[in-house]
Amino acid sequence: MTDMAVPPPPARKRRSNWQLLMANRLAAAGLFLFGFIVVVALLAPLLPLPNPDITDQPNRLLPPLSAGHLFGTDHLGRDILSRLIWGTQVSLLVGISATALAALFGSLIGLVAGYARGATDSVLMRFVDMLMAFPYILLAIAIVAALGPGLLNALYAIAIVNIPFFARNIRGVTVSIRNREFVDAARLSGKSHAAILFTEVLPNVLPVIVITMSTTIGWMILETAGLSFLGLGAQPPTSDLGSMLGQARAQLFTAPHASIIPGTMIFILVMSINLLGDGIRDVLDPRLRSGALDRPMPVTRIARGDTPAPVLPDAPALVVENLATGFDAGGTIHSAVRDISFRLGKGECLGLIGESGSGKSVTALSLMGLVASPPGVITSGAVYIDGTDVLALREQELIGLRGARVAYVFQDPLTTLHPLFAVGEQVAEAILAHDPVGRQAAHARAVALMETVGIRDAASRAGAYPHELSGGQRQRIGIAMALANDPDIIIADEPTTALDVTVQARILELLHDLRRERGLALLLITHDFGVVAQVCDRVAVMKDGAIVEQGETRAILRAPRHDYTKRLIACVPELGEGHGFLDRVRPLFQEAGA
Amino acid sequence: MTAYIGKRLLAAIPVILGLSVIVFLVMKLIPGDPAQALLGSYATPDNVARINSALGLDRSWPEQYVIWIGNLFHGDFGRSYILNRPVLDEVLERFGATLILAGASLVICSVLGILAGIVSAVRQFGWTDRIVTFFVLIGISMPAFFLGLVFILFFAVQWKMLPASGMYAVYGGGDLPDLLRHLILPAATLAIVATGVVARLTRAAMLEVLRQDFIRTARAKGLSENKVIYRHAFRAALVSIIPVLGIQAGFVLGGAVYIETVFQWPGLGQMLVKAVSTRDLLLVQGGVLIAATVYVLVNLLADVAQAMLDPRLKA
Repeated sequence: MTDMAVPPPPARKRRSNWQLLMANRLAAAGLFLFGFIVVVALLAPLLPLPNPDITDQPNRLLPPLSAGHLFGTDHLGRDILSRLIWGTQVSLLVGISATALAALFGSLIGLVAGYARGATDSVLMRFVDMLMAFPYILLAIAIVAALGPGLLNALYAIAIVNIPFFARNIRGVTVSIRNREFVDAARLSGKSHAAILFTEVLPNVLPVIVITMSTTIGWMILETAGLSFLGLGAQPPTSDLGSMLGQARAQLFTAPHASIIPGTMIFILVMSINLLGDGIRDVLDPRLRSGALDRPMPVTRIARGDTPAPVLPDAPALVVENLATGFDAGGTIHSAVRDISFRLGKGECLGLIGESGSGKSVTALSLMGLVASPPGVITSGAVYIDGTDVLALREQELIGLRGARVAYVFQDPLTTLHPLFAVGEQVAEAILAHDPVGRQAAHARAVALMETVGIRDAASRAGAYPHELSGGQRQRIGIAMALANDPDIIIADEPTTALDVTVQARILELLHDLRRERGLALLLITHDFGVVAQVCDRVAVMKDGAIVEQGETRAILRAPRHDYTKRLIACVPELGEGHGFLDRVRPLFQEAGA
Repeated sequence: MTAYIGKRLLAAIPVILGLSVIVFLVMKLIPGDPAQALLGSYATPDNVARINSALGLDRSWPEQYVIWIGNLFHGDFGRSYILNRPVLDEVLERFGATLILAGASLVICSVLGILAGIVSAVRQFGWTDRIVTFFVLIGISMPAFFLGLVFILFFAVQWKMLPASGMYAVYGGGDLPDLLRHLILPAATLAIVATGVVARLTRAAMLEVLRQDFIRTARAKGLSENKVIYRHAFRAALVSIIPVLGIQAGFVLGGAVYIETVFQWPGLGQMLVKAVSTRDLLLVQGGVLIAATVYVLVNLLADVAQAMLDPRLKA
């Protein structure tokens, strides 16, 4: 989609990030859960709890809901509820400290590496890569092995193995910031590198640090609990949730509650953090709400307000009537194109011209229900192919027409061809989609088609991948693919825009010849009146999502009625015109603030 | 392709050397004087000097490193003084068991994770997607060591369906069906967390690919939606999923430490945990180094697989 109409933002109050977070029910639940856990853990000294370390052998392994022990007692008769709350405090503290340490050193490495670049960068990042080359927890175990088991050592170990995540993320952002204008300005003003790093770069990197922290903290709590579970972290009498679980494991069969309660607590704690972290990430990613991340559907949603006649008698190859398409951005539909009507007969060429954002591509894609992302909606009108309204067809029927009766040629063939399939295979696939002749026959026909569109040595080029071909050759493949099933109508959406001028001329010539030989109806979308003048019989001029003028190409070139058309025509420079071009064009753009 | 593999193998050598440097340095972190610790109350200055010279500890660190790495090349990883046998023998024996467990988990998490991720992406925001997202959340929030205990409690104790520990039955076991029965619970536990991660990233990769121009081209050709999703989109998404599977290989190798402890699986992880608590440092050193080397090689495999899928990467 090269020129999508960008609708003006509707007048509504922007909700703050906080409100957005609260609107996400799961994130809000995560926040409250996490907040509750933190508050209870912090209030542990004030709560009426028995001492978590007082053993009471006669009352060991009491089941939950025993008198005086809501969650029962463990193998030494200690109150599980009390130990749970105190243990949560330790786990939280260790997890948060490990995150803070990893964030501090990781960010520092990332900032320095990204800012200094050169040798410093490679040395630091090679070191970070080395840390990442270890299976995650094994390095932590090696570190604990060296330092000796203990909560503090486990904390250091987990912090160290998490440094790479911060270093990599922060370095990436720093690299993109270091050459921005405000950093240059600070450098020119004579600030030291350290001052620039901390006063100019750091504030801009901070959000990334916060996001990385919020996504790794749950993980670090889990891992420190894991080391304690293995007996490598918290040592008695200190205990965190992991060591509670590790000690209770020996009584798993006789007193499962002593294991299940701390284990469930770890799970709830980590889950609340993950819910919150996901929520924060979503709020900070505006693409999610705009629907730009929605999965494009096989056929554009059709929700027409009108009921056009399903059949149009005596119609030419393609008739479009009152077509309107919009984009669905979270419930509100922003109109992209409206009142689009035109006709196109066999062997005819209609040019659809307009600037970027005028709605040309949306119009072209609407015809076969290909408006994808952000999710498009066809809100009214009809598209008649041979007199039948295709928007009224069932999904499968519409898909069956694509490529068979109506074929597309898209703009940038590097992104529109599949990068991982050989080009011959892609052409053959187009044939097989509508005509199951078998792979061999399809391949032979694909090679023949490639010859038709002027690819030399087609048999061997068929095995090439798109990135191995030149831009012009790639577009010829795109055209061969469109011709695969002898369609009646070809919609070419800026087929030459990504090509250089000489190649452009040859591709236009090819399309022109094919149209004449095969009696194709060609809808050519372009922003270049020179192209229109060269190949189109008729032209429709689009502006702001509507057709402002249409008619015979010659007539419009001779006497354009709409100002916008005049400007588009004037924009085609003439050879040898020199500076006269600007003088000629300038008066037409008064309103643009010349 | 051969040239590419050769190039990647060459590139792996400095990485593995780097790993050995880090392992070496970590061991140098050990507080206190090893000779002192070894000699205990016999640590007269004279004796300490003698031991230091005998162990090569009076040399500079780089010299010590070169001697150490030279020994490694001869297969001499030192001797475990707790087990009283060569480190390499013990590590290799244990590593087989870990590879079975980690390999099985990797296969489970790859297959399930990719399937769940695709379905989730295709039915984005639908009920299937929500259910998958829910399980993914549980998976990534669940401590594997706890899940293992819960599984033992239900499948082994409550329902008596599967064995709770070990690799083979003590009496009358030892064949493949016996191994598989013992493998189910630990492999499933280890796989669940990794499955969540794979599903999440597959979903994201699929959604990213489905927005690409070439998917629109596939649709414009008139391909069925199944072809568009499973042939065009999945093939392209796989290129970014494969490195994730490589990372998951490291995750299951590391996660095996917990699972092997919970299920008494006689693998490398269980050995490491014991070695750490008995401070059998040479055993830790050898075990970590070999596991890390295997991880590097698995990632190299992932790189090669990626390049085979994507002709653009071979250059």
